[in-house]
Amino acid sequence: MSTTATTRTAAMGEGVFSSLRYRKHRDRVIELILLAAALVAVFTTLAIVFILVYESAAFFEHVSIKDFLTDTQWTPLFDDAHYGIMPLVSGTLTVTFVALLVAIPLGTIIAVYLSEFATYRMRETVKPILELLGAVPTVVYGYFALLMVTPFLQKLIPDLPGFNMLSAGLVIGLMIVPYVASVSEDAMRAVPRYMREGSYAMGATRLQTAMRVVVPGALSGIAAAYILGISRAIGETMVVAIAAGMQPTLTFNPTEPAATITAYIVQVSLGDLPHDSIGYQSIFAAGLVLMLMTLVFNLIGFFLTRRFREAY
Amino acid sequence: MAAVMTIEELRHGLSRRKHLDKLFVVVGLLILMSCLGLLALLFLDLVRDGASRFGWDFLTQFPSRKAERAGILSAWVGTSMIMLVTAVVSLPVGVAAGIYLEEYAPKNWFTGIIEINVTNLAGVPSIVYGLLALGLFVYQFGFGQSVLSAGLTLALLILPIIIVGTRESLRAVPKAIREAAYGLGATRWEVTKDHVLPYSTGGILTGLILGLSRAIGETAPIITIGALSFIAFLPGSPVTGEFPFLNWDWLWSEFTAMPIQIFNWVSRPDQAFQQNAAAAAAILLGMTLAMNAIAIYIRYRFRKKINW
Repeated sequence: MSTTATTRTAAMGEGVFSSLRYRKHRDRVIELILLAAALVAVFTTLAIVFILVYESAAFFEHVSIKDFLTDTQWTPLFDDAHYGIMPLVSGTLTVTFVALLVAIPLGTIIAVYLSEFATYRMRETVKPILELLGAVPTVVYGYFALLMVTPFLQKLIPDLPGFNMLSAGLVIGLMIVPYVASVSEDAMRAVPRYMREGSYAMGATRLQTAMRVVVPGALSGIAAAYILGISRAIGETMVVAIAAGMQPTLTFNPTEPAATITAYIVQVSLGDLPHDSIGYQSIFAAGLVLMLMTLVFNLIGFFLTRRFREAY
Repeated sequence: MAAVMTIEELRHGLSRRKHLDKLFVVVGLLILMSCLGLLALLFLDLVRDGASRFGWDFLTQFPSRKAERAGILSAWVGTSMIMLVTAVVSLPVGVAAGIYLEEYAPKNWFTGIIEINVTNLAGVPSIVYGLLALGLFVYQFGFGQSVLSAGLTLALLILPIIIVGTRESLRAVPKAIREAAYGLGATRWEVTKDHVLPYSTGGILTGLILGLSRAIGETAPIITIGALSFIAFLPGSPVTGEFPFLNWDWLWSEFTAMPIQIFNWVSRPDQAFQQNAAAAAAILLGMTLAMNAIAIYIRYRFRKKINW
């Protein structure tokens, strides 16, 4: 009787230990699988850099960097091919500038209003709407720009062409207002309450408190919101491809039609260019410039947020 | 300075500042309302422009050279198939990465690099994902201009959204629950699988649906990999009547998608096609908003059910 009990305990003990070993082993395997999934993010970044640089390298075997940066024409698909990126960069910058002219003031004012003046109910209603607006497909905004905003603008500016950067920029601006407002508002809400109370105690009004205490205190978050807006505007594709025209032109005049970097990539992709042709490689060179522009603005943003960071 | 300020001056300054305060309330409200109002107006106009095209035929017909006979059958079928691939790929990878970063990863420079990568990927312009997919999936891997390439591209695009969503919902599970499970001798994976994950299902689903609602409207990356705008056939059905009941041909099929179809129609000068574009855009918008509504509902339901 007692011997059977002992054997049974021993067997169970062995079973527990072997199962523990098994479970620990399984844990180790699962951890490696999870790590592999997390590394997909790293590989994606590496793959983006590799593909852009690899295909651009082929492009720069035909085109000198000097021509790329100084030529004032971009016509890779024509017989008389020119490879100056500047017309595309000027288009991208002009559209981005118009968009920011709309988005930054409006977004900031809405954020200050929601964070410092609006009632709780108002804020709780408007915030989800702003986030919902961020989900609207950009091709829908392209429709707005081409078929609603441009005809309206043509009534104000009679000789405005059907494709123009002004309308695309305004619509992109309207599109990123919710982003700028929502992210800036989050930053302003994070400023602690006692700082506002200190300001009120000194006799400041709400507006003074907002402008001299809350906004400076939230500056790093607000800068991050602006950078997010700039990145979105630079990388925005469908609105410009639909409404700003496809002709690369070196101009900073928003009432003219001009192609952006993204619009050029779309234009080439719509055609059926053979793999390994110079036109095919040119979209990767354009993409590389786009990535570098986004990177530059993000680095500026990184240093700005570091510079203005307030610790509470 | 304060010494030379009279009571009148002080009162005057105070009333001016109070007026400015009131002025800002009016200006702020006006700007907020006009932004939202303008967008609402544009959406209403869109629905009105497309109203004449809504109907069963529009959903069940292929694109056509005649605007009034054109429909979005191949577009919505293509979009559904792409979304299926995107969900099947991005959900396990995104959730696994989220679990690793939140529950397993040690705090060191290596983990820091992964985290910076996830943050930065969320800021990469979507068209760059298209270029990545064109170079990698279409040519290097030889997947061609297929549903598979498009689905994988969008899966990479929404991966950061799912990772962040997963991490947030894991973080919301109290430490006490993990410690209780460890106290009973559970291994880390057992704690995660049996105790942490069940509580975070709602948050993870919300992240997935928000990610998919972003993917469904993405146009630029799938134009770049070479979506066609005129497709008058459907990819083979994934489910067949004969053994083995599954058919994978659709993965390799050429495709079109809702946003591509809209882009194609909106770019035509003919007004009849622009009405088609408006109708299709309104339907796409409806799909996106419906997905967001579902996500919000799920979040609300799960939050209500959990009582720590």
